[in-house]
Amino acid sequence: MSERDASGAVDLHLRQVRRFRLQDSFFHHSTQLFAFVVLATLVGILVSLTIEAWPSLQAFGPSFFWTNVWSVPDDQYGALAAIYGTVVTSVLALLIAVPISFGIAFFLTETCPPWLRRPLGTAVELLAGIPSIVYGIWGLFVFAPLFAEYIQPPLQDWLGDVPVIGGWFAGPPIGVGILTASIVLSLMVIPFIASVMRDVFETVPHVLKESAYGMGCTTWEVVRHIVLPYTRVGVIGGIMLGLGRALGETMAVTFVIGNANRINPSLFEPGTSIASTLANEFGEADPGLHIASLFTLGLVLFVLTFIVLAISRWLISRSVGSEGL
Amino acid sequence: MTLYTRRIWINRLGITLSMLAMSLGLIALLWILWTLFSKGFAALSIDLFTQDTPAPGSEGGGLRNAIVGSGLILLFSMLIATPVGILAGIYLAEYGRVSKFAAFTRFMTDIMLSAPSIVIGLFVYALFVATTGGFSGWAGSLALALIAIPVVVRTTENMLKLVPTSLREAAFAVGAPRWQVSLKVTLRAVKSGVVTGVLLAMARITGETAPLLFTALNNQFFSTNMSEPMGNLPVVIFQFALSPYENWVNLAWGGALLIAFLVLAVNIGVRIAFRNKDKR
Repeated sequence: MSERDASGAVDLHLRQVRRFRLQDSFFHHSTQLFAFVVLATLVGILVSLTIEAWPSLQAFGPSFFWTNVWSVPDDQYGALAAIYGTVVTSVLALLIAVPISFGIAFFLTETCPPWLRRPLGTAVELLAGIPSIVYGIWGLFVFAPLFAEYIQPPLQDWLGDVPVIGGWFAGPPIGVGILTASIVLSLMVIPFIASVMRDVFETVPHVLKESAYGMGCTTWEVVRHIVLPYTRVGVIGGIMLGLGRALGETMAVTFVIGNANRINPSLFEPGTSIASTLANEFGEADPGLHIASLFTLGLVLFVLTFIVLAISRWLISRSVGSEGL
Repeated sequence: MTLYTRRIWINRLGITLSMLAMSLGLIALLWILWTLFSKGFAALSIDLFTQDTPAPGSEGGGLRNAIVGSGLILLFSMLIATPVGILAGIYLAEYGRVSKFAAFTRFMTDIMLSAPSIVIGLFVYALFVATTGGFSGWAGSLALALIAIPVVVRTTENMLKLVPTSLREAAFAVGAPRWQVSLKVTLRAVKSGVVTGVLLAMARITGETAPLLFTALNNQFFSTNMSEPMGNLPVVIFQFALSPYENWVNLAWGGALLIAFLVLAVNIGVRIAFRNKDKR
């Protein structure tokens, strides 16, 4: 091989390396750009909702958040009824969902025969896969009538005369209302809470559990005194994840909450939530303060769920490492 | 009662209650599915696929325009979400192991996974519908794509993380540039996992109603024009189910069955495919 050929080959090689480097840098930055899309969406949501909500924020000021009025003819808006409905349905849903989810996670990790673990786990996850609109029509056409006929009257007879809490069960048993929405919501968040709980329960080192069993603890005592304290952070993260889901759930709630823009102490009465107000009114909203007020509601909902979900993810990732989904 | 028997009884109570909770979950699932199948099958006929949504109060009709509209909106949203999601996932997995930007993006993606979908609808309305002057199929596709992207990103990243480092090193050792290693070695190694992520994202957005209410709106006539309001199954189900007409309510059940069947079939199919792979 002559000298000239050899240097030509080196040149060629250098050019190849340079080309690869260029391509790599292009690849690096274009993938980074796409990762940036997700962040841009998030920031875009905050910015655009704030811009659209501005007229309403200016007109009503901070009192928007604690005024209980929603009147399109008078062009007066306040978010209290919607915020009240959102918070009450979500908290009630968690009160129902957390013990059940804990039971499911407890069963799947400790007492379930191994061959049943997979199918039952899949069944719970399928519950999460059912679209929320299906929960909605099921709730409206199947659950609410049964609830009105068989559950509301006995509840009223039993608890209606008790002081303080009696008022929660007042009013006609019509099926739809705050309590029905909470129950349907609880069904929807159970799979999320249960699967986080199951995942964190599985992170408990076997040695810890075995030593407790070795000392003669029962299964219940192992879960209560070993598993729960060890996974406390992750369990709270799972509950917060369920709360974030419940706050933002739209379709199922819209079907069964009754859509009445008022605050009523009775859980049997219809109410409204931020998401259901948006679903019902946004399509036909008048330009001006009405639509701006709806955007403000959307902004409130987004900020609220963002905070709850951020805390939840932080807790969960501290507990099991970030797995996503 | 001795302490010992009390402990035994508390344990039994705990286990019984946990079984009760599990069966409650199963009953809810079976109850919803049973309702869906019994009411949905009654509405199922060939007309459902060949006729358009009927006028208020009239008999007959089907969901052809809504099925086609949903299909088109889904198709285009997945065409947007798949490349964006996969490339973003590659970035997080290949370059983002140590960078702060990637950790932050990962965290935000996790939040976006559970962000309320109706807010995404508001965002697309403000960004797209209000500025371009009208509801359209494109706006619907964009809204659904924004919901699907985080799902694709996270599954792609999780799959790529499973690729053994030795495979990457082998490719680097023979002189392959980084982009070739990413696209031709690691991504190819987890191809089926990434496809799964895309399918799950599709299943996730198939039933999404809230973001379509103010983006694609609805259209009672057959249309394949993505620049106009477009009929779609979720919104039709929402409107028909809340209507006073019996025929509409029945069609809503039929539509709900179609959607739920598709979503559950994807979810179950993916799980079965993965289980067979585990065994191999």
